[in-house]
Amino acid sequence: MTIDALLFQALNGLAAASGLFFVAAGLSLIFGVTRIINIAHGSLYMLGIYLAYTFATRVGGVLGFWGGIVAAALIVAAIGALIEILLLRRIYRAPELFQLLATFALLLVINDAALWIWGPEDLLGPRAPGLRGAVEILGRRFPSYDLFLIAMGPIVLIALQLVLTRTRFGRLVRAATQDREMVGALGVNQAVLFTSVFAVGAFLAGLGGAMQVAREPANLLMDLTVISDAFVVVVVGGMGSIPGAYLAAIIIAEIKALCIGIGVVEFGGFRVNFSKLTLVAEFIVMAVVLIVRPHGLLGRAQGAIRSVAEPEEPIRPATAALKFLGLVVLGLLICLPLFAKTSPYTLVLGTDILIAIIFATSLHFIMGPGGMHSFGHAAYFGLGAYGAALIVKFLAAPMLGAIAFAPLLALAGALLFGWFAVRLSGVYLAMLTLAFAQIVWSIVYQWEDVTGGSNGVVGIWPAAPFNTATNYYLLALAFAVLSVLLLRRMLFSPFGYAMRAGRDSPLRAEAIGIDVKRVHWVGFAVAGCICGLAGGLFAFAKGSISPETIAVGRSIDGLVMVLLGGIQTLTGPIVGAATFVMLQDTIMRQVEYWRALLGATILLLVLVFPAGIVGGIMARYAAWKSR
Amino acid sequence: MTGEPVLAVRDLSAWYGAARILYDLAFEVGRGEVVALMGRNGAGKSTTMKSIMGMIAKKSGQVTFRGRDITSLKTFEIARLGMGFVPEDRRIFSDLTVLENLDVGRQPPRMIEGTAQTEAWTPERLFALFPNLGQMPDRLGNHMSGGEQQMLTVARTLMGNPLLVLLDEPSEGVAPVIVEQMAHTIVELKKQGLSILLSEQNINFAELVSDRVYVLEKGQIHWQGSMAELSGNIDVQRSFLTV
Repeated sequence: MTIDALLFQALNGLAAASGLFFVAAGLSLIFGVTRIINIAHGSLYMLGIYLAYTFATRVGGVLGFWGGIVAAALIVAAIGALIEILLLRRIYRAPELFQLLATFALLLVINDAALWIWGPEDLLGPRAPGLRGAVEILGRRFPSYDLFLIAMGPIVLIALQLVLTRTRFGRLVRAATQDREMVGALGVNQAVLFTSVFAVGAFLAGLGGAMQVAREPANLLMDLTVISDAFVVVVVGGMGSIPGAYLAAIIIAEIKALCIGIGVVEFGGFRVNFSKLTLVAEFIVMAVVLIVRPHGLLGRAQGAIRSVAEPEEPIRPATAALKFLGLVVLGLLICLPLFAKTSPYTLVLGTDILIAIIFATSLHFIMGPGGMHSFGHAAYFGLGAYGAALIVKFLAAPMLGAIAFAPLLALAGALLFGWFAVRLSGVYLAMLTLAFAQIVWSIVYQWEDVTGGSNGVVGIWPAAPFNTATNYYLLALAFAVLSVLLLRRMLFSPFGYAMRAGRDSPLRAEAIGIDVKRVHWVGFAVAGCICGLAGGLFAFAKGSISPETIAVGRSIDGLVMVLLGGIQTLTGPIVGAATFVMLQDTIMRQVEYWRALLGATILLLVLVFPAGIVGGIMARYAAWKSR
Repeated sequence: MTGEPVLAVRDLSAWYGAARILYDLAFEVGRGEVVALMGRNGAGKSTTMKSIMGMIAKKSGQVTFRGRDITSLKTFEIARLGMGFVPEDRRIFSDLTVLENLDVGRQPPRMIEGTAQTEAWTPERLFALFPNLGQMPDRLGNHMSGGEQQMLTVARTLMGNPLLVLLDEPSEGVAPVIVEQMAHTIVELKKQGLSILLSEQNINFAELVSDRVYVLEKGQIHWQGSMAELSGNIDVQRSFLTV
């Protein structure tokens, strides 16, 4: 490919960078002040482009297009303010991951709302009045509108910087980013500040989306793709740094554009398809940046950020009553095949729940007691599932051997990824784990010769005597019980104490001789290993495995399960996993707008049980007892 | 003490989670008075201030400020009524410059009851009071020494034109020359009609500025009286203050 063509492709990248920058800047601002990771930020972008489409086609003309872009951004800003007032304001004092769960629920609701309003088809808006033409650059025709987009990036960057440094609002935003409680003690009404910051962030997202209306079709997948791109940009640029976000947006957009431009290249007999790399390139960049510069390109080490959440209750060993309850539940589960004779589906669902329990309990192990918020637990699930499936496919391994191999491969992956991940904390750790999961996913997706690509691996059926629903269910039950008990036992061993000490106060833990990184690394590896077991069981339960079952959605499902149950209780992930799978199963099979219903259910749980289901029940029990 | 107190605390108790920190405290600060809360580390001085300021989630009792019950108000509402808070760990906005820090603290001027209207605090007036700060208006908070930060945190609170300042351990961890300047500042503020509630471990510092003293130990008030009385009472000093 020629240099000219490459340069041309680079210009394309710049045009894409602007929209990405707007979303990322909004996300960064909102996170800075409210400490909320707004998963629904991509949804606001999506609303922006849909609204701009509606204005451009219904009103039409110059007013409909250009006025429509502004109107769309303003409407999205208003929606953002409403979200802050009606929902987020109630949960600022909840644990931070719970807030994340709430915004994830919003994503689901907004997605179905958009489906209901605009329908499932992709909608491409009209060309921009006044900028319909193209300019000749490097012998090719480059759309004028894209030049306009390229210019908008720096303009908005400078405008934002001026607002942040030259206005009182900007100073309050920066001050609140560091210490919002102190800002309150100086007489600033946080509620108003937070609402306005949320509105500004939403405005930026809406604007970013609306401006793409003439460039790409609006579709319902945008919310997730945009939010993951925006996360990458914010993390690569450095949390809270607006120039960093711009720089990172350009880097990411350029790399994606160049990968598409380069296409397939032969390296001494090896064919590398660069355009397929777009799926993973940004995550590789993010992983490298986080490893080399843990706070992003232009970010600085964040001072200890004051948590406003109430201190959490420590976990406690099971009481006699709980042990008894556990035995009763176990007994019922063992007897389940007897009750389920008439409906074999119950056992399939039961097996799904048991696998989800192993998955969620292993995630909880590092998230709760370890304090490491992994957004990429699907990686270890996937390694386990593919490990088991491939060893059957290529080596014709027996089933139990394959299931034993699954956790080993996951352990190897967790040891490798964990070594890097435990060097970071908070959001950065979350993003690095997400990046690793994306890398695993894209390797699986693109290494067609081995993994079967998007078709996956099929025909992985359990061998006798586990080839009946009943026996496989009992096998899963045995593994689930063993996993849960093992993880529980570890948490109340000296190792578990060391892991919790490292979470609560890394400095003090180091001072009494605990190698915190090493302890957390081992914890991470153990969790990955157990999670791999869930993956292996899953492969045989379904008879097949495909990339979509190990995509980012599974990581998010895990987070939802853990948070739903309650992160500071050990029974939480079990209840959370069971609830989630049953909710998903019943809602998905019966309702057209299942996302909205699931989202609404999660929102309800968040507002009614801010400590998760088990946490909520325990708090109510304690209140009842002390009466 | 003359007239109605500017701050009156009744039966104040506070908890961190399940741990009770304060036990039914009762004390007052009169207009234009400098009152010291004294006691060792962990006696509950900072918790008392945070409770007054609405920064502790679980508390009971009643706090009256300028004749108004502020017990259940939010922190920013209390600040807007004219209560300034200078935390012991300073909590400077380290990514903001000196002038920007001051701007965040800015509030409209207000009347002090019973006196003529005071002039509103401006950066210029504060730089006259703290000349060191005047030499570094554009310096970032994290490039300042501990003493400079201590002055900035006081100056930032004064930008809100408070009528009462809660000053948490102003002499802690700063150089002797800064301690001296803090004492001078407190005396100066008192002259201008401000009331001050001070928390302090160091009796030498308290003697320079305070009118009256409450002595705290394990969340309870064990002694109260004038500063002069405490200076003469070696027993109380030995029981509750010296280490």
